[in-house]
Amino acid sequence: MNERVKTPEGRPYYKEIGTRPIRPDGVEKVTGSARFGDDFTLPGTLVGKILRSPHPHARLISVDTSNAKKIAGVKAIVTGSDFPDQPFAYTGPAVLERNMWHVTRNVIAREKVLYEGHAVAAVAAVDEKTASAALQAIAVEYEILPHVTTLDEALAPDAVLLFEDMITRGVEPAPEKPTNIARRANYEKGQIDTAWSSADLIVERSYETKPVHQGYIEPHACLAHYHPDGQADLYTSSQGHFQMRALTATLTGMRLTDIRAIPAEIGGGFGGKTVVYLEPLAMMLSKMSGFPVRMKMTRSEVFKASGPAAGTKARIKLGAKKNGTLVAAEVEMYYEAGAFPGSPFVNGVLCCVAPYTIPNVRLTGWDVVANRPKVAAYRAPGSPQSNFAFESTVDIVCKKLGLDPIAFRKMNAVQVGAELLGGRQLNHEGYLQLLEATERHPQYATELGPNQGRGFAAGYWPNAGGESGATVYVNADGTVNIATGSPDIGGSRASMAQMTAETLGISYDRVRSAVNDTTSVPFTHVTGGSRVTFATGKAVVAACETVIADLRARAAKIWDVDVDAVDWREGAAHPSSSNVGDFDPLTLGDLAARATETGGPIGSSGALNATGHAPGFSAALCDVEVDPETGHVKIIRFTVAQDAGVAIHPSYVEGQMQGAVVQGIGWALSEEYIYGPDGRLQNHGFLDYRMPVASDLPMIDPIVVEVPNPDHPFGVKGVAEAGMVTAMASVANAVADAVDRRMTSLPISPPKLAKEIAAGKAAM
Amino acid sequence: MSKMHITTSINGDTTEFLAEADQTLLSALRDNLRLTGTKEGCGSGDCGACSVRVDGRVVCSCLMLAPEAQDRAIETIEGMADGDNLHPVQRRFLEEAALQCGFCTPGFLIAARDLLDRNPNPTETEIRFWLAGNLCRCTGYDKIVRAVQKAAEDVRG
Ligand code: FES
Ligand code: FES
Repeated sequence: MNERVKTPEGRPYYKEIGTRPIRPDGVEKVTGSARFGDDFTLPGTLVGKILRSPHPHARLISVDTSNAKKIAGVKAIVTGSDFPDQPFAYTGPAVLERNMWHVTRNVIAREKVLYEGHAVAAVAAVDEKTASAALQAIAVEYEILPHVTTLDEALAPDAVLLFEDMITRGVEPAPEKPTNIARRANYEKGQIDTAWSSADLIVERSYETKPVHQGYIEPHACLAHYHPDGQADLYTSSQGHFQMRALTATLTGMRLTDIRAIPAEIGGGFGGKTVVYLEPLAMMLSKMSGFPVRMKMTRSEVFKASGPAAGTKARIKLGAKKNGTLVAAEVEMYYEAGAFPGSPFVNGVLCCVAPYTIPNVRLTGWDVVANRPKVAAYRAPGSPQSNFAFESTVDIVCKKLGLDPIAFRKMNAVQVGAELLGGRQLNHEGYLQLLEATERHPQYATELGPNQGRGFAAGYWPNAGGESGATVYVNADGTVNIATGSPDIGGSRASMAQMTAETLGISYDRVRSAVNDTTSVPFTHVTGGSRVTFATGKAVVAACETVIADLRARAAKIWDVDVDAVDWREGAAHPSSSNVGDFDPLTLGDLAARATETGGPIGSSGALNATGHAPGFSAALCDVEVDPETGHVKIIRFTVAQDAGVAIHPSYVEGQMQGAVVQGIGWALSEEYIYGPDGRLQNHGFLDYRMPVASDLPMIDPIVVEVPNPDHPFGVKGVAEAGMVTAMASVANAVADAVDRRMTSLPISPPKLAKEIAAGKAAM
Repeated sequence: MSKMHITTSINGDTTEFLAEADQTLLSALRDNLRLTGTKEGCGSGDCGACSVRVDGRVVCSCLMLAPEAQDRAIETIEGMADGDNLHPVQRRFLEEAALQCGFCTPGFLIAARDLLDRNPNPTETEIRFWLAGNLCRCTGYDKIVRAVQKAAEDVRG
């Protein structure tokens, strides 16, 4: 390790960490030359298009492509039967299960279509118009079935079943009858049934949230090129090109090594681009046609067939002592998974209680399928929904007991070392510090005007570590190239370059930081779970440290001394003491210039499975003003606090927090999927699916707390998700404070709130 | 149907291309001319990612037909910098970290430059309303607004 100068506060002194340099890919992105998913083309590229089901639920009797194939310029058509079937098996950890039997059917339907927009066939043709004509010429025979698009409909005793043989997992003994409930998860501690008698106050409420879309501005897009020798190139805009490679290979029956997945720039993902939609179709079309195939979704397709986040129903029951001590909590939540099992319901129920010390707890989560697009991860998947319900209930408890909401959270805060439900443990400090920082923020003392209210919420998200790889090469002129396998969605190339510069002891401008394809960096898991700066950062530092060891060995060789007698600091090899000899330092540039004579190229890879990641806590403070006549809620002030561990590039840390909050504000106030009785999505465009715009918002004030993570070389903790966890609850609590109405259903749209206000004064 | 021959000016250069009668300007820029800096986020005039300037006015190029470009002056993101000299809004976007994924960025830059051309001293509210036709899902707009404020200072000199 490098020697570091400690500041008086005990924090190491860094030259590059904590500064705000311009990102390496910045100029490309402000001049329009950066290439996103739909910006690639190759000679002879065909246009790929998808035929989608107009019905929310139907048996697929036949798909006849014979007429379409006859159209001049149509080069290939695929349907579900062109893809190898997958074994029916749930794999992966309980919080993140996957079943490839489902995945392949979501990419392209087989026996049934399960939602409006479900892919039925895909064509590749010489141009857009020919492809569209081919879609029109495909004859599909459907046997239309009744559909269920809401949780209540899906859970009704006589509900039509999406899967006629689906027996709820996680229930003992197993139910005899199939239902639309895919799985139950249950966690308990203490003696919940008897604990209520020790509470002075019991509050029980029900809540609901609607499905919302991740809303990335770049629609899904890819370009696949299958070569006659069985090797292929896949240009993909995703949160993980290794993941896209793996899914595409499995779904098309290819080997991993035969696909070179090339990361396009990604125009936002938020979890929604960790899953595969177009890539296997484009690959198969390219294989069949012999030409490269480019596919992209329209915005309407993005809404109908990708994402969204699960809608939920929740029942929360809390018991507290008069002094505010929580004694019992019961949480029951239903998550709507969409057409296939696998909503983030487990993390949902686990996260909402994690910020608290509560002796008696029961958590029950249900994963429910319905005739809607299969949900995808969305920023802290599952946690914002449960946090909204739980933190709203906590707010009621605080108001009823007359307790300050931050003092209440501090009093009941989870302690470092605590065992969390679900087999997790809290090993890192930081939560109390961010509560205290929020308490000290001037907003907390700002006086409120008429119709204004203030809401607070605290929250938790586990974050992730996991597998990452990086390569580092020292060039002959003393510059350095680093490459990772983590798509850069928000400035991570810059933080990788900063960590490289800091570790090697050179300046940021000598490091070129890139995201490389699957043939040139070690396996790297997705950009998700707030893991990149932590886990990929660790891989980068590990690779740099191997390079430093090599540089020291080369200096030792030049000086003809023992390698242990050579230190590395400030970008140069130094004799470790005057006893070693009187040598001038050899800088990285000096050693790079002499690489040929000292052993050849200088470079290394770091590949690891990063452990020791810290969870992401957040605290949100929201001030609103409500127009009592229209029910319109205006956010007038918003502060969000998170513990970054150490902020490598503070601007991009702040940016994650601000962006997360605004997505949460949209979820709280204006965003929702609206289905008609026909089971069709009514608001599949940005006009009717209303995401926040600049004029809806104030500045978002981020408090970046820094309690270093001892399990990362520079102290990093993940920051990309936790900020959204608390946003919705803080808005709802602020609305309750402003108008004395508890809005238990999101979004808090103007008509809904105006109706509540007009209905007269409601008790909390 | 045969294609139409269009002569237009793009970033100051006379440019010719063949367009379908119903092709959008966005598609002509991206697909025919390979000027892919202009982005498609919705194709329906709701996100602003496809913003370009036509005869000095910001328009959504997804809502304009390519044949309408005949004899017009089109400005796209590719023409904003002068060689390696970035426009102040481009530079400030970088310095203020006003982009995360960067997909919305060309559209925001086109709109922001147009605002500053008209009003080099906008209030925060004026900036927020001027940019209300551009969606950004990553930043929460905070750093975008600040970057435009800083760029306005530069433009005022
Ligand atoms: S693509 Fe033109 S406004 Fe969205
Ligand atoms: S930076 Fe990603 S949409 Fe604006």
